[in-house]
Amino acid sequence: MTSNALEGVRGSRLAAVEVLGGVPDDVTLRRYLHGLAGVDAVGLEQRAAALGTRSIKTSSKAWALDRIVGLIDLTTLEGADTPGKVRSLVAKALNPDASDPSCPRVAAVCVYGDMVPDAIEALGAAHGDPDDGLVSVAAVATAFPSGRASLEVKLADTAEAVAHGADEVDMVIDRGAFLAGRYALVFDQIVRVKDACRREDGTSASLKVILETGELTTYDNIKRASWLAILAGADFIKTSTGKVQPAATLPTTLLMLEVVRDWHLATGERIGVKPAGGIRSSKDAIKYVVTVAETVGEEWLQPHLFRFGASSLLNDVLLQRQKLATGHYSGPDYVTID
Amino acid sequence: MSFLEYAPAPESRSILSLRDEYGLFIDGAFRPGTGGGFETISPADESRIATVAAGSDADVDAAVGAARAAYDKTWSRMSGRDRGKYLFRIARIVQERARELAVAESLDNGKPIKESRDVDVPLVAAWFFYYAGWADKLDYAGAGADPRPLGVAAQVIPWNFPLMMLAWKLAPALAAGNTVVLKPAETTPLSALIFAEILQQADLPPGVVNIITGAGATGAALVRHPDVDKVAFTGSTAVGREIARAVAGTDKRLTLELGGKAANIVFDDAPIDQAIEGIVNGIFFNQGHVCCAGSRLLVQESIHDELVDRLKSRLSTLRLGDPLDKNTDIGAINSREQLERIRELSRIGEEEGATRWSAECEIPASGFWFAPTIFTDVQASHRIAREEIFGPVLSVLTFRTPDEAVAKANNTPYGLSTGIWTEKGSRILAIADRLRAGVVWANTFNRFDPSSPFGGYKESGFGREGGRHGLLAYLKSGAQK
Repeated sequence: MTSNALEGVRGSRLAAVEVLGGVPDDVTLRRYLHGLAGVDAVGLEQRAAALGTRSIKTSSKAWALDRIVGLIDLTTLEGADTPGKVRSLVAKALNPDASDPSCPRVAAVCVYGDMVPDAIEALGAAHGDPDDGLVSVAAVATAFPSGRASLEVKLADTAEAVAHGADEVDMVIDRGAFLAGRYALVFDQIVRVKDACRREDGTSASLKVILETGELTTYDNIKRASWLAILAGADFIKTSTGKVQPAATLPTTLLMLEVVRDWHLATGERIGVKPAGGIRSSKDAIKYVVTVAETVGEEWLQPHLFRFGASSLLNDVLLQRQKLATGHYSGPDYVTID
Repeated sequence: MSFLEYAPAPESRSILSLRDEYGLFIDGAFRPGTGGGFETISPADESRIATVAAGSDADVDAAVGAARAAYDKTWSRMSGRDRGKYLFRIARIVQERARELAVAESLDNGKPIKESRDVDVPLVAAWFFYYAGWADKLDYAGAGADPRPLGVAAQVIPWNFPLMMLAWKLAPALAAGNTVVLKPAETTPLSALIFAEILQQADLPPGVVNIITGAGATGAALVRHPDVDKVAFTGSTAVGREIARAVAGTDKRLTLELGGKAANIVFDDAPIDQAIEGIVNGIFFNQGHVCCAGSRLLVQESIHDELVDRLKSRLSTLRLGDPLDKNTDIGAINSREQLERIRELSRIGEEEGATRWSAECEIPASGFWFAPTIFTDVQASHRIAREEIFGPVLSVLTFRTPDEAVAKANNTPYGLSTGIWTEKGSRILAIADRLRAGVVWANTFNRFDPSSPFGGYKESGFGREGGRHGLLAYLKSGAQK
């Protein structure tokens, strides 16, 4: 643990030391994380499946669809991304349904760090806090998606994105270190990245910590990684990069929501959750909305506490919105590609 | 608007085509009963569903006679393979008419449609499929070579899982080559009567299955009938005792599946969130109208307070209301009589000094309802820790060591089921060995499978249903002709 990191902990997260009962070194973290109640995989998946059978109809469905749009981080994370592609994505984010100006905007656009200036420029006056009806810019950083780079590189990556004006940073944890049991290293890196999210004016970009649950493979690991990330200062915990299968699943998201609920019970602090990758249909997204509402409560269904990391989901939601409004299904040519 | 007040999502009743009046299903056809009739109502709003015949002694006699004739002339002579074909056909028709059966079950019983749709009816089909497979393999059932059926089986089933109990009883009896007279419970005859239509649709030979509705007197006449070879009963321990007395001294075979007061044991290293779900599923599934319900929660003292807090907040999310709404978690209590019993025992629990907590929920104006309730500070000597309440009421007790957990779990006249929650596999095996109960669930509760035998110790009855064991209750060795 470097002195810098400890300072970060003292500054932003006294709660962590208090919850852990000591400085976050390997021994303390291991003792704490391995002391958490285990997760029964069969039971967790059963509960998620049961939540998935809720029948959301008419007015509830309409509300859920609009809310889903407002919780989406519209994402493009391709090697082939260009300023033109980002401008197209931003246009879609601002006006998702060309045929319906009443359609809400998405919460944010999510791009690679070097595309942040293009996104901000394209957003113009619409750039800002989704709570005010504006659209944020999120940047993936820390050698996304593998995270295999030195800490210096990760910090530089983060600092650059923030300097370009990113409102949110989506970092990846070092899964190798986590699986090797080097919890303090993972903790330290999150603390340092969080530090790098600070802006000159003292404010800070919101930090989403990607666990890459598909590589952690067990629910016990996912639970421990969720606690670790929150203890280290995550504003959001996020399932996946979208580059590894399986990406977001309902049981995984339910488990992370349970951690967030328990953290709130313990400290009073609200942490966000972002399932990302693999959520393509409205039907699936509504299951997530139900799971959020029944696990942590409806107040979590707002952009600062819940996001969908998705790209193709948006158009399916729009088709469903149109269906509710007109009574009949249109088709893929009645929603725009971004 | 609150999102969590989900808009109503009722399953449509229009799929049902009910008759106004139902007779008795004897010898392959419906015929009027001679013992008068009674109304079956929906416990959710007390509205009348249909009038059902009450079987008289003469009707019982006719039904047993039809079963005997079918046994002698067709069913016992048919090859196992052909019997299996009928059972497979029945299973498939159950699947085809699953929605209709689920709606009928929820309407008549009061259980939430999500349970009848996702648990009861699928298990009914599974039971018929499973025993259909056994029909031509009876030599391997463990009753010796060339085993023989018993003859005419009299089966009396309860109201908590009307169609599922019917399947548990009928499928092994028919696979083994017996014919059956079945009496569904007085308050829940509807799904059995629709099932009779399925038997007609499947072209089952007349008389192989006869279904006679009625109250206790009809059931008593049936189990006492001299031409019955086998009696199978699921229901209360009190009625089970009466039946045992009635059958004593005859050569009728008997299996009883009676009450329970199951312990659900939660150790301090349990997967806590899943344990909470298991506790909820253990006692609030089917409004607690489950003989194997985990009605006694034994929780390690060190995690008692945290667990109870978590349980209360989880119970606050349960939705009580219209059984036909797809989002309902807790349906209606099956009858006024049962509701009174639950109220009475809950009152006694308070008087004995236990602390009562009920989830806040809006209770509909008509029908029979009881909010999910837990009692803490319950002592082993309290009546609510001893007697079967058969409702959505959980008694929470504590223990300090594994030995104490086992001693408390076994300290009941019943012994149908138990649950163990711990992350330690060796402890599961060690504790399970010492529990005097027919079913031990580990890190789950109220899971059923046709291949798994189910039945009780002590006052929970004897005999096993399900699996190969369930078949043995309907077979005798070939040497015993």
